[in-house]
Amino acid sequence: MILINCPYCGEREQSEFSNGGEAHVARPKNPEALSDKDWGQYVFYRSNPKGIFYERWVHTHGCRKWFNAVRDTSTDTFLKIYKLDDNRPDISEFKSTLKSPSGEPSVGSGNFAVKK
Amino acid sequence: MRKKYSFLSLIKNAFTNNENWEKMWESPDPKKGYDVIIVGGGGHGLGTAYYLAKEHGIKNIAVIEKGWLGGGNTGRNTTIIRSNYLWNESAHLYDHSVKLWENLSEELNFNMMFSQRGVMNLAHNEHDIKEMKRRISANRLNGLDTQWLDTKEIEELVPIMNTKNLRYPVLGAAFQPRGGVARHDAVAWGYALRSNEMGVDIIQNCEVKDIQTDNHKVKGVNTSKGFIKADKVAVVASGHTSVLAQTAGVKLPLQSRPLQALVSEPIKPVINTVVMSNAVHAYVSQSDKGELVIGAGTDGYNSFTQRGGYDVIEETVRAIVELYPIFGKMKMLRQWGGIVDICPDASPIISKCDVKGLYFNCGWGTGGFKATPGSANVFAHTVANDQPHKINEAFNLERFSDGRLIDEHGAAAVAH
Ligand SMILES: Cc1cc2nc3c(=O)[nH]c(=O)nc-3n(C[C@H](O)[C@H](O)[C@H](O)COP(=O)(O)OP(=O)(O)OC[C@H]3O[C@@H](n4cnc5c(N)ncnc54)[C@H](O)[C@@H]3O)c2cc1C
Ligand SMILES: [Zn+2]
Repeated sequence: MILINCPYCGEREQSEFSNGGEAHVARPKNPEALSDKDWGQYVFYRSNPKGIFYERWVHTHGCRKWFNAVRDTSTDTFLKIYKLDDNRPDISEFKSTLKSPSGEPSVGSGNFAVKK
Repeated sequence: MRKKYSFLSLIKNAFTNNENWEKMWESPDPKKGYDVIIVGGGGHGLGTAYYLAKEHGIKNIAVIEKGWLGGGNTGRNTTIIRSNYLWNESAHLYDHSVKLWENLSEELNFNMMFSQRGVMNLAHNEHDIKEMKRRISANRLNGLDTQWLDTKEIEELVPIMNTKNLRYPVLGAAFQPRGGVARHDAVAWGYALRSNEMGVDIIQNCEVKDIQTDNHKVKGVNTSKGFIKADKVAVVASGHTSVLAQTAGVKLPLQSRPLQALVSEPIKPVINTVVMSNAVHAYVSQSDKGELVIGAGTDGYNSFTQRGGYDVIEETVRAIVELYPIFGKMKMLRQWGGIVDICPDASPIISKCDVKGLYFNCGWGTGGFKATPGSANVFAHTVANDQPHKINEAFNLERFSDGRLIDEHGAAAVAH
């Protein structure tokens, strides 16, 4: 079970929330000038890191407000939760314990990841 | 074929306590370089090595696996095999695979335990009925054996199913009799055995850390056992493919998520087909050992923790118990997760990319086991000839900018 700390309601079980995918994806400023390739990037491509990931969540079965989070996708640890109008925290704030891009974190990404 | 298995060899080895079986494949140290390096020792990767060696005469190949063969989604899936996809491109690809499955045990002289017990997709509402009937018609035009069953026919095939007394009654089903299940490890082991016989190096416990390129051309891979040179690198690493692609500067439109399955204690045979339901999200089949094999859904967020959320199991088990009240008191023995690579149009990518000599076979998401032989077969063609086979031509990367998506959400979303 994972708890998510809603900035408005406090800690609640993850199943109360819905994930909104990658955060800070800006709509292109000059759509008419965009090539098909660039449009494709905007519509279909999102980063998918094993490690530190910036993402959006909404408290669907609660206050129904959106917020951002930084999570380590190799352990599911929430590293930071911040409001939509807060600045994007710099990646240097967070440490990743991954030994290689595809490797396993020191706590392991198997069944014990969340037990620590 | 060096290691030929037969009824006789089984009896002979039984007398010596099964201690004298020959090793199935060697575990060599990697050479300095190869013509082709395949990253990922799942069914798709090992199959690719097999068809490269057998059909394209390329033998200087290494399959590099960070763990053990089949330890990824190949060994974690619920083994449903079918080809009743909506679009022509998918029907051709998946049925190419089903046809190969039909002969695979004989071709590899290794028992795939392929059982064509039929696959049923339940309809619970008007929309399901319309969508499925449309898909059945499309399947028929592609020569597939999908048919519509009414509730009475479903009850005859699966007498334990509660079709009426539930929140979303069962109104009918699409049924593909040629569908079924197979033994998950067998396909990895069979391909490993026969490709190793043809000279393919199988290197386990060796992680590829990054893909080295020079001027948009692939040079080789850095691994936990050092740098290995290669003219061509084929990445078939399911949930980790996009992470590896990134090391070569290639972005793939994939999102990685845990997908779960669970099995029950073994019981006598009660269900002799595979039953899936998209609407209530539950599917079940019974293994030869007697366990119920139940598939749950993906977590609602990206993750590489091979585990999955508890609420996801709860949702599935709730639907299973409603559909099959007889399972209400059964105990579940094991639960696990695998990391699946989900593509925006729920179809795979079997493609070259901007880097010369670098190939990807990924995006199979929740449903690539069924495609193992077919995918490996056309991917080997793509790697050997540096151009796609006619069957996988449409499954390229360009479709995410030219808009020729192959949207299989209806056929693939929950059903695996
Ligand atoms: C719970 C579950 C149920 C499923 N049910 C079905 C089903 O019923 N029917 C169906 O058709 N499909 C199903 N699937 C999907 C199916 O399992 C996959 O699509 C298919 O097995 C993928 O095979 P693969 O060979 O491409 O990948 P895998 O078998 O995952 O192999 C990839 C390999 O790459 C290795 N690897 C990763 N990174 C590296 C690295 N850096 N270096 C070296 N090696 C690396 C991994 O260790 C792994 O062994 C299911 C999946 C899951 C998780
Ligand atoms: Zn809230």
